[in-house]
Amino acid sequence: MNFKLKDIVPQLITVTVVVLVFGFFTYNAQINMENRGIDFGYGFLSQESSFDVQFSLIEYDGSHSYFRAYLVGLLNTILVSVIGIIIATILGVIVGVARLSPNYLINKFAAFYVEFFRNIPLLLQIFFWYFAALRALPLPQDAEAIFGVFFLTIKGLYVPAFIWQNFSVFFNSIVAAIIAIIVIRIYAKRVQENQGKQIPVFLISIGLIFILPLLSFLIGGVGISFEVPVLKQLATTSFIYEGGVSLPPELIALTLSLSLYTATFIAECVRAGIQGVGKGQKEAAASIGLTPNQVLKLVIMPQALRIIIPPTTNQYLNLTKNSSLAAAIAYPDLVLVFAGTALMQTGKAIEIVSITMFTYLTLSISISLLMNWYNKKIAIQEK
Amino acid sequence: MMSKINFLRPDKNNLNTFLYLGSFLFFISVLDVFLNSFFSLNLTGFLPSFLSFLLPLILGFIGLYFIRIEFSGIKQLDLLNKHINTNNFNAILSLLIIFVIIKSIPPILSWFVIDASFAGDTKDVCTGSGACWTYIKVWMRRFMYGMYPNAEQWRINLSFIALVLMGSVGYFATDKFKKYLTLYYVVIYPLIAFLFIFFFISGGPVFFDFSYGIIAAILSIIVGFFIPPKYKFYYFLIVPLTLYITLKYFIFFEEYIELGKLDGLNWVETGAWGGLSLTFIISFFCLIFCFPIGMAFALGRRSGFPLIRYISVGFIEFWRGVPLITVLFMSAVMFPMFLPEDFFIDKLVRAIIAISLFEAAYVAEVIRGGLQALPRGQYEAAKSLGMGYWKMHIFVILPQALKLVIPGIANTFLALVKDTPLIFVVGLLEIVGMLNLAKTNPKWLGFAMEGYVFAAIIFWIICYAMSKYSYNLEQKYKTDR
Repeated sequence: MNFKLKDIVPQLITVTVVVLVFGFFTYNAQINMENRGIDFGYGFLSQESSFDVQFSLIEYDGSHSYFRAYLVGLLNTILVSVIGIIIATILGVIVGVARLSPNYLINKFAAFYVEFFRNIPLLLQIFFWYFAALRALPLPQDAEAIFGVFFLTIKGLYVPAFIWQNFSVFFNSIVAAIIAIIVIRIYAKRVQENQGKQIPVFLISIGLIFILPLLSFLIGGVGISFEVPVLKQLATTSFIYEGGVSLPPELIALTLSLSLYTATFIAECVRAGIQGVGKGQKEAAASIGLTPNQVLKLVIMPQALRIIIPPTTNQYLNLTKNSSLAAAIAYPDLVLVFAGTALMQTGKAIEIVSITMFTYLTLSISISLLMNWYNKKIAIQEK
Repeated sequence: MMSKINFLRPDKNNLNTFLYLGSFLFFISVLDVFLNSFFSLNLTGFLPSFLSFLLPLILGFIGLYFIRIEFSGIKQLDLLNKHINTNNFNAILSLLIIFVIIKSIPPILSWFVIDASFAGDTKDVCTGSGACWTYIKVWMRRFMYGMYPNAEQWRINLSFIALVLMGSVGYFATDKFKKYLTLYYVVIYPLIAFLFIFFFISGGPVFFDFSYGIIAAILSIIVGFFIPPKYKFYYFLIVPLTLYITLKYFIFFEEYIELGKLDGLNWVETGAWGGLSLTFIISFFCLIFCFPIGMAFALGRRSGFPLIRYISVGFIEFWRGVPLITVLFMSAVMFPMFLPEDFFIDKLVRAIIAISLFEAAYVAEVIRGGLQALPRGQYEAAKSLGMGYWKMHIFVILPQALKLVIPGIANTFLALVKDTPLIFVVGLLEIVGMLNLAKTNPKWLGFAMEGYVFAAIIFWIICYAMSKYSYNLEQKYKTDR
């Protein structure tokens, strides 16, 4: 062993400083809590919460526990993030590709979109959609139906609800289709490696994912019917839609602004990725006789994805974290429900803020681990 | 004769026929949309509504198809075809974009200018269907300065003008003084800005008592002349601050503190600060603080000492993993619990600390990217010249690494400026917060749109200018490797 003083001292000093700072904080926290008569502990999670949440994916009311309120908030956060990520990705890819278009108008239009939306603070955009744009929508009684079944009103978007019969059969058929597709893909890859034959995996997959659920309708006794929202009068001037699914305006404003904002960044990632693939690659691929589709699928995309995925993952993380701005427009997400209302009621600042932060930390780290795994999978395997 | 007008294949041989026919159709389609949009005339009103709606698109598409003639020899036509008319799909998209632009000009124009009201200073003048810029005009001071007293606002203006002037010194510096610029921008300028804002804008002795500071500075500079150059750096690192603290807490007593206040400047508490000026103040300080912290953690993350590395990684990943709003929550409700009871930190300062730490983690990652991008040879060359860790980093590594990461750092700063509205969480109201306050004012209900559009324009100009400036910097410092 070769301990050198020079190596030990700086580390020791740093650690001492960190420990001292943390110790100072804990010491003060203890004294402060003693003085105010607050005791530290997570026991409050099982107490009755006695506050209501307007929008929740699981059954919840005031008689449930704080932990359930936490779950409600968490699920709402995840809902916004997932919808936002899906829309932002689609929009971002379209805009990113459009920015590379040789068509001058499309190119400039996409550039305008990117420059416009990414230079305005997200919070301002959320406020704009929520307080200015969505407030201009008609009242429920004046709303005109879109395609006869959707109602976009100042109180939110009302869409028909699905009523399933034998939903489990349908669900199982989809799971079966996905498993079959994975098996076929693996098999096709092996066949290609061993015999050089190509199996039209894509067509088979498309067929499977449509045919199996369709069979479940025809044979499995799966039925579906729609429950269309119907206008109902509560008082002389107060109307509401009953039935169907109602999406609150907060959710709409939030997803809209989050996806419009994040899509600009994803578009830039996509553009950089496609530009990052050398022109020689395309020419080389074309010169060995690949069709334009094959060039895109086998040469360009695998290389472009490698550049696109890491920054795009960052954008997904950002979107998830930015969804916490929901608190500003009273969409009941984790921050509003838990770090807002629950904190006000219990006064347990340290516990609640730490749980909230830890939750976001877990979300971020799990998304980034997932993406790292995927990134590693598609990385160049040098032999 | 028919073979001459080959209907399906416009090419160079029948250039004239197709060129005139195509341009005519295209012109008609654009004209139709134009008249419809600007004068509410519907040329094709006699047709069924569905057909009338789609007709411009169909006509325009056929027109563009006809004029898609390769190598026609007419310069403008070739240019047009190359840019907006390469194939059917592009033609449709181009048409759609042209129509959308034509359609959207009149409503936007009328809302912004034609139907908008500018005059007056009450809500009554806003009767038109357009924007009510009177609202912005009346509330302008609040949007710019928050609740800062009207009579005192010259202090903010003066400070900002002075800071901008002092900030632009770099442009006018002669070559002789260029070498001191870094020192100026890293140490002196932030200190002056700090004094200006916490002394001049705040008015009271929030942190510094000006007179003690001046005495300490003058004394230490005079003594500094006699210090041997070898120790000058350490001397100026330690002595002035120590002197200041000694003066303040041990030599002079409470009764002299009054001397520290400038006469005639009322104290304005930070709760009253707000509006766009607060956005600038917060961005400015966070920008100054987050850079050195971020640099320290970037170096820490690449350090050879495992413990320092782990601490840095933990710090960076923690701040990057949580949303800013929870950090601000923490600074508002949790942080006071961690301090001694009689120890009070202003909430603006708490917010600045929180945002700085948060952004520092992002800056650290950006700088780490630059450090990693440097070839190992640079480190080895510096070491072989006998440079130590700090010398190597200050003179060889960091100048190159920072040059590489200018775009990344600019993006982080942009994000910082765009994040400032979040301080509403701790109860500070910058421009977006003031807008929300103003729109709930019973006298001025219903002008949310104008307010948000106004703020959006301001932020857009700031952010766009910053991104363009960073692009210029990037081009300026780009060196071929």
